[in-house]
Amino acid sequence: MKELMQSLREASIKAINESDSPESIEALRVKYLGKKGELTAILRQMGKLSPEERPVMGQLANQLRSEIEQAIDLRKTILSKVLLEKQLESEAVDVTLPGTAQPVGHKHPMYNVLDQIKDIFVGMGFEIVDGPEVELADYNFTKLNIDEGHPSRDWTDTFYFTEDGRILLRTQTSPMQVHAMETRSLPIRMIAPGRVYRKDEVDATHSPMFHQIEGMVIDKGVTMADLKATLNLVVEKIYGKGTVTRFRPHHFPFTEPSCEMDIQCHKCGGKGCPTCKGEGWIEVLGAGMVHPKVLAGCGIDPDVYSGWAFGMGLERLAMGEYKITDLRLIFENDVRFLEQF
Amino acid sequence: MKLSRKWLNEFVDLPLDQYDDRTFAEAMTISGSKVEVTEDLSASIKNVKVGKILKLEKHPNSDHMLVAQIDVGLDEPVQICTGAWNVHEGDLVPAALHNSLLPSGVKITRGKLRGVPSEGMLCSLKELNVTTHDFPYAVIKPAALLNDYHAIDPAKPSVSADIKAGDKIFGKVVAARIKAVANAGVNLWDTVLDIGEADVEGVFDVQNLHVGDLVAYDTVKNKICTLEDLHAKQEEFPHCIEDGILILHEDCRPGDDMRTLLGLDDHVVEFEITPNRPDCLCMIGLAREAAVTFDKELRLHEPVVKATAGGDINELTKIFIEDPLCVRYTGRMVRNVRIAPSPAWMRERIRNAGMRPINNIVDITNYVMLEYGQPMHAFDFSCVKGGEIHVRCAREGETIQTLDGTERKLTPSMLCICDTEKPVGVAGVMGGANSEIVGDTAMVLFESANFNGTSIRRTATALGMRTDASSRYEKGLDPQNTYKAVQRACELIELLGAGEVVEGVIDVCPNELKQTTVKLEPAKVNALLGTDIDEQTMRDILIKLGFTLDGDTICVPSWRADVEHYSDIAEEVARFYGYNEIPTTFTGGITTAGGYTPLQQLERKIGECCRSMGLDEIITYSFISPTYYDKIRMPADSPLRDSLRILNPLGEDTSIMRTTILPSMLEILTRNYNFRNKEAALYEIGRIYLKRPDGMADEPKIVSLGGYGEKMDFFTLKGWVEKLLKELGAGKARFVAEKSNPSYHPGRCAKLFVGDTEIGVLGQIHPLVAANYGVDAAFYCAELSFDALNTVKGELPVYKPLPRFPSVTRDIAVVCRADIPVGELMDCIMARGGRYLKDCALFDVYMGTHIAAGMKSVAFSLTMRSDEQTLTVEHAEETVAKVLKALSDKYNAVMR
Repeated sequence: MKELMQSLREASIKAINESDSPESIEALRVKYLGKKGELTAILRQMGKLSPEERPVMGQLANQLRSEIEQAIDLRKTILSKVLLEKQLESEAVDVTLPGTAQPVGHKHPMYNVLDQIKDIFVGMGFEIVDGPEVELADYNFTKLNIDEGHPSRDWTDTFYFTEDGRILLRTQTSPMQVHAMETRSLPIRMIAPGRVYRKDEVDATHSPMFHQIEGMVIDKGVTMADLKATLNLVVEKIYGKGTVTRFRPHHFPFTEPSCEMDIQCHKCGGKGCPTCKGEGWIEVLGAGMVHPKVLAGCGIDPDVYSGWAFGMGLERLAMGEYKITDLRLIFENDVRFLEQF
Repeated sequence: MKLSRKWLNEFVDLPLDQYDDRTFAEAMTISGSKVEVTEDLSASIKNVKVGKILKLEKHPNSDHMLVAQIDVGLDEPVQICTGAWNVHEGDLVPAALHNSLLPSGVKITRGKLRGVPSEGMLCSLKELNVTTHDFPYAVIKPAALLNDYHAIDPAKPSVSADIKAGDKIFGKVVAARIKAVANAGVNLWDTVLDIGEADVEGVFDVQNLHVGDLVAYDTVKNKICTLEDLHAKQEEFPHCIEDGILILHEDCRPGDDMRTLLGLDDHVVEFEITPNRPDCLCMIGLAREAAVTFDKELRLHEPVVKATAGGDINELTKIFIEDPLCVRYTGRMVRNVRIAPSPAWMRERIRNAGMRPINNIVDITNYVMLEYGQPMHAFDFSCVKGGEIHVRCAREGETIQTLDGTERKLTPSMLCICDTEKPVGVAGVMGGANSEIVGDTAMVLFESANFNGTSIRRTATALGMRTDASSRYEKGLDPQNTYKAVQRACELIELLGAGEVVEGVIDVCPNELKQTTVKLEPAKVNALLGTDIDEQTMRDILIKLGFTLDGDTICVPSWRADVEHYSDIAEEVARFYGYNEIPTTFTGGITTAGGYTPLQQLERKIGECCRSMGLDEIITYSFISPTYYDKIRMPADSPLRDSLRILNPLGEDTSIMRTTILPSMLEILTRNYNFRNKEAALYEIGRIYLKRPDGMADEPKIVSLGGYGEKMDFFTLKGWVEKLLKELGAGKARFVAEKSNPSYHPGRCAKLFVGDTEIGVLGQIHPLVAANYGVDAAFYCAELSFDALNTVKGELPVYKPLPRFPSVTRDIAVVCRADIPVGELMDCIMARGGRYLKDCALFDVYMGTHIAAGMKSVAFSLTMRSDEQTLTVEHAEETVAKVLKALSDKYNAVMR
C-alpha cells in the first residue's frame, strides 16, 4: 500500500505539473482526489490493514492528499499567471497611435491676457467696471481736460454720431475715470477694460477698433510713488519677477505729472535688439497722477484726495506676449489661429 | 524733430566724444525729451576724398572715357577712369577710393576699365545723395560736341562725318575746334577756338570742353551751342548730358574727407516731442532741455541788426490784423536783396535737420524756424499790392496758388495774409506763388507772426498740406518769440550779405500777452510725488528751465504755455529730480474688497462652459455695413434697421453700429469656411447697440454661438444651448418652433424660453442667407440674451440626498400623428406619469414601413423610482399604464 501511494504521488505530481489549462487541472483533481479518484480507491483498501497499520497509513494518505492539493494550487497559480500574461499580450495596443480627439475650446488670446490682468488687479482689491462705448464728447474729452481744439477731437480721428460732435464712439477707456469718479463712492480702486475706436485704416499695427485697459486709484494721500510701486508689481506679474522698469516723463491732458512706463527688453537685456528696435526698452503703458482739474471737475476736492491712473493697449500686449506679428490676425478669427492659444 | 549734435554744441557743450549718442539719448529720454533714433551720418559714406585732377588723357581703348591722374593727398597720385566729360585738369572732385562706401550702399573697389587700371570712381551729386540745392553751383550745362554726334538715321546725318573747323553748320553757326581751355572762374572757361580762317577767344560757360573737341560756334551770338541751340535730340549727342562729376568749389584740399564737406561729420538725433511742448521743436528749446539735463551752461545769443539801408519800414508799409486768430504780427524789411546760395555751413545745418536748402532768403527763414522754432515767411514786397499787409480770413470764392504750384480754394474759416486786393499767403501754412522770392527779388518783407494753433491746424487739414510751419503753429507757439526771430533773420541777412535791412520793426499785437504765475508749494509737490525734495532743489530746477521766482511766486516763461498749475510744477521738478528716483510705496488708505461682480462671474462662467464644449472664442467689430441687414434678410420694416450711424466712417463696411450680432458671426464662419477649415465652433459674448431716444445707445450683451462642419446639426447646436442652461442652473427650457425668422431655416429654428422669459433664438441659417454670404454649407447659430440668461440663472445648488433604492426602467413605443412635437409628448409623460416617474428619455423616432402614412412611432425609456422602498412590478406597471392613457387621451397615441 505504501508503494501504491508512492507511485500515485509520483504520477499525480508529474501529471499536475505538466497540465496546461485550468480544465485539465480540474480533471486531474477529480482523477486523483475525487470520490471515485485513485486516492479514494487506495483508502478503500484500508479496511484490509491491521489496526496498528491503519493510523500510520491514514496519516500517510492524508499527507499525500495534502501534497496533491498543494501541487494543484501551485499549478493553478502558475497557470493563471501565464494565462493573464497571454491575455495581456494579446490586448497590447500601439501606444504611438493618436489619442481620441477631445473637443476643447480656446479663449481668444487677447482675452487670455486680459483675464490675467483682471486677476492681478482683483487680487489687489480693485474692481472691474464697464461703461458705454457710445459716449458723450463731454466724457471722452471735455471732462478729461482735452480742449475744444485738440487734434484728437478732429473728425479725421474720432468717429461721430451727431453733426454737433456731441455723441461719439469713445476713443479711449479714460472716460471710465470720469464715470467712476462721478458715480462711485471713495476710495476708488478700479480697472475698466473695453473696446475703443479711432479712425485708423486697418494694417499690421492699426485697427479702427481695439482694446484698452484703464486703471485708477483715488484716495487720500495717493502719490506718484504709489503709482510706481503698483505698476511695477503688475508688470512683474505679467512679465516675470525681476523685470526691470523705467518711468519716463510724457504728456496726457488728464494726468499731471504724466509718464510712460518701459520694461527692459527681455530679449537683449537692454543692449538693444530688433525686438526693442535697438532701444533696449519696450513701452508698456502710459500713466500719471489724475489732473487736479479732472478731480475737481468730477466733484472731488483735489486738496483732500489725489489719485493715479494708467491706460494700456491690450492688442499690443497680447501681440508681444504671443509674438503675434500682425494685428489683423486678432480680428480675423481664423480657427487655425485661435486654436494655438 | 531732428537735432544736429554739431549745431547743438553752439548752445551747450556736449561734444560727441564725451557724450556718445546712447548716453545723450538715454538722458534726454529720461528727462522727458523722448529720442526715437540716433543716426551717425558719417556711417553712410566712407573713404571718399577730395581729389585734384593733375592730368587728364583720353582712354586708349574707349572713345568716351577719360583717364585721370588724381592727387588725393597721398605721396603718389592715383589713376581713375571716368566717363564724365565735365572734368578738367586742375578740378577738385570727390573721389571714391578703393574700398569706399557710397550712401546708396554701393561699395567701390579698384578694378580695370577696358584694360586700364582704375583705383576708384569719381562721384556725381546723385552718387553722394545730394542735389543742386546742396551744391547750387553744380548745375551742369554741356555743349553739343560734334565729335560725339551719332546720326539718328545713318543715311541722312545732319552733321557730316568729315566735318572740320570752319565748315558751316547752318546760318552763322560754324564748326570750331578747341585749341586751348583754361578755367576762368566757377563754371567759366577761357577758350581758344579754331573756326577755320581764324582763331576766336572767349569765355564760355559750358563745362565739357577739352582741347581737340569739335563744337558748333554761333559767330553772331559768340556762343558755343548746346543741344537746345542746335534743336538736337539727346540721342544724337549721347555723352553731352546735364550730368557729370561734382566739381567742388569749396574751401578744401586734396585728401580732405568728403564727409566734412557734405556736413556728414555729424550725428542726428530724432526726438518725439509731445504736443504740449512746441517749444522743443527747435534748437534752442532742445538745447535748454539738454543744458538742464546735463547741468551745463546754456549759451543764447541776442541778435544784433545794423540796419544800414536807410529809411524806415513805416514809410514803406502798413500791417493790419483784422482777425483775432492772428495774435501777433511782426514784420521787417530788407532792400537790395541779392539772391544767392547760402553758405555751406547754413546749407549743411538745414540739410541735417531734414530740410532742403533753396537760396539765401528762403534758407534764412528755415534756419530761423529751426533755431528759434518760429516759422517765418519772406514776401517779394514788389508783389504786395498797395504795399500793405492785411491779416484776415479768406472771402467766399477767393483762391490762391501756393508755393507748391497748386491752386487752392479758400474758405472763410481760413486765415490769410493779404495785400489790399488778394491773399498772398495762407497764414501759418504756405506762402503764395504770387509773392514768391525769385531771382530778381529786390525787396523782401519778413513775416514773423503768431496765429491761433487750432485754426492753422484746421486750415492745413482742409487744404491737405501739413507743412513744417503749420505743424509747429498747430501746437500753439510762444507769441513772445516773433520779435526775436525777425531780428535773427535780419542779422543773418547782414551776415550773409544778402541785402540791406531797413530801419524799424512793425510789431502788431492787439491784445496784451498774459503772464502766467503759479505759487511754489513744495509741500504739495512732495505730497503728489511721494518724495521729500527740498525747496532749494525745486527752485534750482525751475530757474535753470527759465522760470523766474519772486518770493513764492513762479513766473512761467512765455514759451511754457503748458505750465499753469502746481501739478505742472511737480512734473518739472520730477523730470529733473528723476522719475526713477521717486521711491516706490504701496497705497495706504482704506482697503477695498475688489473682486468680480455677479454679472462678471456669469460672463466668465458662460465662457468656460462654451470652451468646455469645444467652442473657440472670437472678437468681432462692433460696426458693420448697412447692407448686412439685407444679407441676413432682415425685414425692411424691422426696427433693428434703425442703427446708430457713424457720420464719418472709414468706409461703408464699418459705418453703422450693429443691432444684431448675427452678421458678425456669419462673417467669421464664412471666412473660416473660405479658408477651407473643415469645421468651426465659435462663440462671442459681444454687445449690440440699440439707439435710445437721447441719441446714445443701450449696449446689451449677446451670447453668440455658431458652427459648421461634419458634426454640426440642429441638435448639436441645441445641445450646446441646453448644456449652457444646465451649467447656469436655469430652470426648464422650452424650445418653440420658429418659422418666421427670415435669417433662419423655417423648419430648423427655435425660440428659446425659460419660464416666461425669452432667451433667444437658435437654428440653421436660412440657405438664402448662406447664399448671400457665398456659402453652400449649413451654418448653425444661436443668439442668446446675456441679460435674460442672468435672470433665469439658478441660485446656489442645494444638496439633494442620493437615491437609496434602485430604479426600474421600462421602454414604451407609441404611434401618433407625425406632426405632434416630441417635446409635447415628453411634457405630457412627465406631467402625468405620477410620483414614481423620475425621467423620460427619447430613444427612437421612426416613420416608414409598418407605420401608417402621416403617423410616426416614438419610443421612450421611462425611469421610475421610489425614495421610500424598492419599487415593485405593480408600481412600474401602474406608472406605464398612466403614461399610455395620458398619451392616448391627449394625442390619440397608441401603444405599438
